[in-house]
Amino acid sequence: MYFRYFKDPVSHWTGVSASELTRRDFLKFTSLAGAGLTLGALVPERAAAAGGSAAATPALAMPFLRVDPDNTVTVTSKHVEAGQGVWTGLPAIVAEELDASWSQMRVESSPARVPMYGNFAFDPKGSVQGTGGSTAVANSWMQLRQAGATARAMLVEAAAAEWKVPAAEITVNEGVVTHSKSGKKATFGELAVRAAKMPIPTDVKLKDPSQFKIIGRDKLPRLDSRAKSFGTQQFAIDVMLPGMMTAVVMRPPRFGGKVASFDARKAKAVPGVVDVVQIPRGVAVIGRDTWSAKKGREVLQVTWDESGAETRSTAQILAEYKHLSQLPETAKAAKEGDVDAALKTAVHTLDAEFEFPYLAHAPMEPLTAVARLSADKCEIWAGCQFQTIDQVNAAMAAGLKPDQVFITTLAAGGTFGRRANAESDYIAEVASIAKAVGGKYPVRLIWTREDDIMGGRYRPMNYHRITAGLSQDGKVVAYRQRVVGQSIMAGTPFAAAMKDGLDPTAVEGNAAEQYDIENVHVTWSQPKSALPVLWWRSVGHSHMSISKEIMFDELAQLAGKDPVAFRLAHLEKHPKHAAALRLAAEKAGWDKPFSKEKGRGRGVAVQESFGTVVAQVAEVTVTGDTIRVDRVVCAVDCGIAVNPDVIKAQMQSCIGYGLAAALHGKITLTDGRVDQSNFHQYTVLRINEMPREIEVYVVPSTNPPTGVGEPGLPPIAPAVANAVRAATGIKLRKLPFDLAEARAAKV
Amino acid sequence: MSVKLTVNNQSHELDIDPNMPLLWAIRDHLQLTGTKFGCGMALCGACTVHIDGQAVRSCVTPVSAVAGKSVTTIEGLETPSGKAVQDAWVSLDVPQCGYCQSGQIMSAAALLATNAKPTDGDIDAAMAGNICRCATYVRIRNAIHEAASAVPAATNG
Repeated sequence: MYFRYFKDPVSHWTGVSASELTRRDFLKFTSLAGAGLTLGALVPERAAAAGGSAAATPALAMPFLRVDPDNTVTVTSKHVEAGQGVWTGLPAIVAEELDASWSQMRVESSPARVPMYGNFAFDPKGSVQGTGGSTAVANSWMQLRQAGATARAMLVEAAAAEWKVPAAEITVNEGVVTHSKSGKKATFGELAVRAAKMPIPTDVKLKDPSQFKIIGRDKLPRLDSRAKSFGTQQFAIDVMLPGMMTAVVMRPPRFGGKVASFDARKAKAVPGVVDVVQIPRGVAVIGRDTWSAKKGREVLQVTWDESGAETRSTAQILAEYKHLSQLPETAKAAKEGDVDAALKTAVHTLDAEFEFPYLAHAPMEPLTAVARLSADKCEIWAGCQFQTIDQVNAAMAAGLKPDQVFITTLAAGGTFGRRANAESDYIAEVASIAKAVGGKYPVRLIWTREDDIMGGRYRPMNYHRITAGLSQDGKVVAYRQRVVGQSIMAGTPFAAAMKDGLDPTAVEGNAAEQYDIENVHVTWSQPKSALPVLWWRSVGHSHMSISKEIMFDELAQLAGKDPVAFRLAHLEKHPKHAAALRLAAEKAGWDKPFSKEKGRGRGVAVQESFGTVVAQVAEVTVTGDTIRVDRVVCAVDCGIAVNPDVIKAQMQSCIGYGLAAALHGKITLTDGRVDQSNFHQYTVLRINEMPREIEVYVVPSTNPPTGVGEPGLPPIAPAVANAVRAATGIKLRKLPFDLAEARAAKV
Repeated sequence: MSVKLTVNNQSHELDIDPNMPLLWAIRDHLQLTGTKFGCGMALCGACTVHIDGQAVRSCVTPVSAVAGKSVTTIEGLETPSGKAVQDAWVSLDVPQCGYCQSGQIMSAAALLATNAKPTDGDIDAAMAGNICRCATYVRIRNAIHEAASAVPAATNG
C-alpha cells in the first residue's frame, strides 16, 4: 500500500537487487527438500509488457507450508499476528485448497526474507516483507491457494504411486486421501515423505469459490486462542535468553533533542545496574532485571541539546495550521470541475472547520525487542511489522550487513501501525545497545508505558477547512477542502511514494474518492515539525472520513433529505458503498421510527479504505455532557469472507479503537513536552464504554478478499457525531468530542 | 536482600530488592511470563494476579507485601471458575493480540468466585480496570456469561 510507487526499496537500502535475492532463495529452496514435505507456491509469472510477448520470469518456489509425518500441516506466516487474525486467516486459505482438516492446521512465523516472504501488495517484486494497509489476506490469497493446491496435488500423486492407481480416481477430504474403488486411505502425514519426492506441479487447478468448505465457515476457531488464554503465547517481552540483561532508554524530553552530556555515576550505583551507554537516540541503562534498569534511569542525569527541538505548545501549532490553511497549498490531492463557479450557483453553502489531535497507538505490549549480537550476526526477537526494514536498520545500528540480521517474528501485543516505521526505532535501539556493550550479553529493551505515550510517532494532528455547496435539487455541487497535517512519508524512504509533493496518506479517503461530486478540490498543506508522525490504524482515513461524513450529514439536513437517501444520491458510481450503506440501514431499521426520548439519537457513516467498504449506524444516548454508544450496526464488503468470525472481531475492534479516539484520545504539547504520560491521562476505551450491541453483517461477494484490520474504524466517529447531532442539535467538529465545549462554541 | 514468596503453590527465596514490584519478581526472576507489564501504575490490569484469591495489580505491589501469602498467576489458575473462564475464552475466541488477556482472565475468574451470575453491569464494574486496546470487550462480556453458566454455583471459587 505505502510502497505502491516504490521502485526497489531493498536496493535503496542494501544495494542488492530483488531479482538477485530471488535467485539465491530459489537455490536455497531446491536444496531444502528432504525431511517431510516442503512445498511452495508459484508466483504468477509476469509476462513482459513490451510488445505483448510472454517472456516470463522464472517461477519462484516459496515454502509456505509444511506437512509433517505427525499429520500436522504448518503454515508459514510471512505476516505478523498482532491480533488481526492472520495466524488463522492464512492457514484457512491453505487448508481450503489442501482439503485439510482444520484440527491438523498449525502456524509459525516465517524468517525475514525477501522476496520469498515479501508483501506483493506493497510492491510487485515483493521487495519488502511487512504487514500493513490491511493487505495480509489480499496479498496472500492467490499465493497460499497455489501453495495449498500444489501440496494437495503432490499428496495425491504420492498416493497414486503408492497404491498404483490413477491420480484422477483419488479424492481428498478433511485431511484424508482416499481411493474408493480399492478402499485405500491414507493421512497427509503418512504420505508426506513420499509426496516430497514427487515433481512440483506447475499447473494446479484452484477451486471455484462455490466449492469452498473452510473459507467462509461461520466459525473457524482461531489457532492462537488457547495460548493467549493460558498465558503461554510468547511475546518479545517474554523472551528469556541465558545471561540476558534488560535495558531502558532515557530519551530527549522534547522531540528533536539530543544528548549533550550525561553523568552515569548515580545510575551505576543502583544495585543491579550493569552498564550505562549512549546510543543515537538517548542513553541506555542496563540492569540485571527490569526493576534495576528502571531505578537506574530514575537517577540518570542527562543534559540535552535542544537547539533543534520542537518547543511549541499545541495551541501554537494549531494557530500555525490555521494560518497555513489560508496560504497556497503544498500539493493538490484532487481537482475536478470548477469549485468556485459551482459555489456561486449553490443555493446553500456550508463552511466548517475540523480539528484532530495527535494520537498515540498505545498497544498493550509496550515496545520491546531482544537482541543477541556476535561478531558476524545479530539475532532479533520482536513483534516486527516491517521485517525487511527492521533488518536493514538493525544491521546499520549493529554495523553488519542486512543478511547478517536474523529476525524471529513473535506475536505482537498490538501495533495499530506503531511497529511499522522507517527508522525501526525500537529495533534499531536494541541493536545499538547490543553494539554499545560489544555484544557481551543479550539485551532486552523495554519501553515503559510512559516511553510509549510520550515517544512520538503519533497519528498526525490535523486541521481541515471545508466549504460545500448544495444545488436546488439537493445535490452537492461543490466541495472544497484544505487539509493541514504533517507528512508521514516525507523525509523517510517512503517519500518515493510521494508524487508532485503530495503525501497520499495525508488525504486518502477524501470526498473526491468516495462520492460522486462534479466540482471538488482537495488540497494539502504540509507543516514541518521535529515531532515524528506515523500511520495509525486506518491512517489518513482516520481523520478524512470524519470531516467528510459529518459534512455530508449536515449537508443532508440543509437539503432537507434523509442522511441515508442523501448519501445514496451521491453514490451512483460507487455501488459497493451504496450496497453496504443499504445493508447497514436495513439491519438497523433505519426506515422505522426511532424514539428520540431520553437523549437518544442515531447517525450513519460510510467509508471505503484499503479496498473494503464499511457502513455503520450508531445509536447513542446523550446524558448531560456524556455520550454513550448503545448500539452499532455495521455492514462490511471485504470481498470473499475468508473467516466471518474474524471479520466480526475486527469490526468490533475497530469500533472500540475508533471510539477511544472519538471520545477521549489526544496527545497535547506544552512547550514541546508531551502532557500525557500513562493511561490516567491518555484515556482509552474501557469495557463500560463499549457498546452493548454490535451487529456485523457481511455483504455477500465473489470478489477477491480485501482487508479488515482497519476499515471498520473510519465510519465510527462520524456516525457517533451524527447521532449526537440528531439527539441534541450540537455539531461536533473537534476531536475528541467534547459536548460541553461544542455546546458553548455554538457552531 | 532475600525475599520469600509463594507462587502457584511453590515457595521461592529470591535475592532481590524487597521494594521490587511483584510483577518483575515473577516475570524476571521466576520466569513466569504469562503475567504482563502494561502500565506500571495499576491503570490497565495486564499484570493482574490473585493474592489469597483476590485480584491484585502486581505492578504496584511490592514483593515484600506478599510474604506469607499465596500468589496465583495465569500459569497456576486452577479454580473451577478460572478454568471455566479460560474455556469460555477459547470457545468464543476472545483474544486478538492476546497481550492483556491473562489479566482479563484473572480479573474475570476473581469476579466469578464472588459473583456466580454477574449482570452486564456487574461485569462492566469488575472489568473496567482491565484495558484491551483490541477492544475485545463484547466477547469478554459474553465469555464471562458463558463461564458463569458453565460453573455449578456450589463449586464456584
